Amino acid sequence: MKIKISFILIFLTIIFILSIFFKTLFEDKSYIPKKINKIENISIEDFHSGEDLKLKELFGSNKYIIINIWASWCVPCRQEHQYIKNISKIPNLKIIGLNYKDKKYNAEKFLEELGNPYDIILKDINGTKSIFLGAYGVPETFIINRELNILKKYIGPINSENEIEIRKIVR
Amino acid sequence: MIKKLLKLFFLIFFFNLLFSVYVNAENSKVNEISKNLRCLICQGQSVYDSNSEFALSIKTLISQKLAAGKSEDDIYNFLKSKYGDWIVYEPKINKYTLLLWILPLFLFIFGGLLIVRKVFINTVKK
Repeated sequence: MKIKISFILIFLTIIFILSIFFKTLFEDKSYIPKKINKIENISIEDFHSGEDLKLKELFGSNKYIIINIWASWCVPCRQEHQYIKNISKIPNLKIIGLNYKDKKYNAEKFLEELGNPYDIILKDINGTKSIFLGAYGVPETFIINRELNILKKYIGPINSENEIEIRKIVR
Repeated sequence: MIKKLLKLFFLIFFFNLLFSVYVNAENSKVNEISKNLRCLICQGQSVYDSNSEFALSIKTLISQKLAAGKSEDDIYNFLKSKYGDWIVYEPKINKYTLLLWILPLFLFIFGGLLIVRKVFINTVKK
């Protein structure tokens, strides 16, 4: 009787552990923080002209902007580039590319090769502008409204599911 | 001629010394602050220890903020507003970290009481 109970217990424990493993197999691995942050109206240098642009100036008549932090040396950025191009086709939405710690020549070559989905490109030479967005590295994507609240933050390359979600938010 | 050259040499030497003292003083403040910050993308390293892009950016930001006349607390508060309390090594007491601060103390007192009780009972038995 004792052996039977311990056998059942071991069996149930194994089933429990396996079910956790099985569940995590199908979970979305992308990390999306829950905390919503408001960002300051900082000015960032334009990639081409070198002119300082305030964040609020970037909106134009649009309700939302998407800031995508990218670099030519970042491999996952190549992976997500197709999705950024898809998002750039959404009407009334500006896509801002924030070029992170990159060489101008390499960044231009990257866009020449893969296509340029960005309405405006800004540069963050020493990585300090990204800190104002609360970024950890590249690639990262932010949906920001006119009040400069970060509505959504995607850490790592975005995927097809994220693309659908972005479409829903900015609709 | 030689006297003039010597004078020039000592002048350059003196200004160089002054400049290096100034730079070191500034760097030591950056180092001091970055030692209290956790590198969020590294394992078990502070911002000071790490050479990751994230840590290097934070160090640059700290020196920019210091140059702009911001205090140490201003810098910690700014980084906490961006990355949460986790970025500093010693989280302040609030409703989320209360358990973190009180639990070890509670366990220490509870453990101490258990030991005292056991020792007391043993001595009474003897």
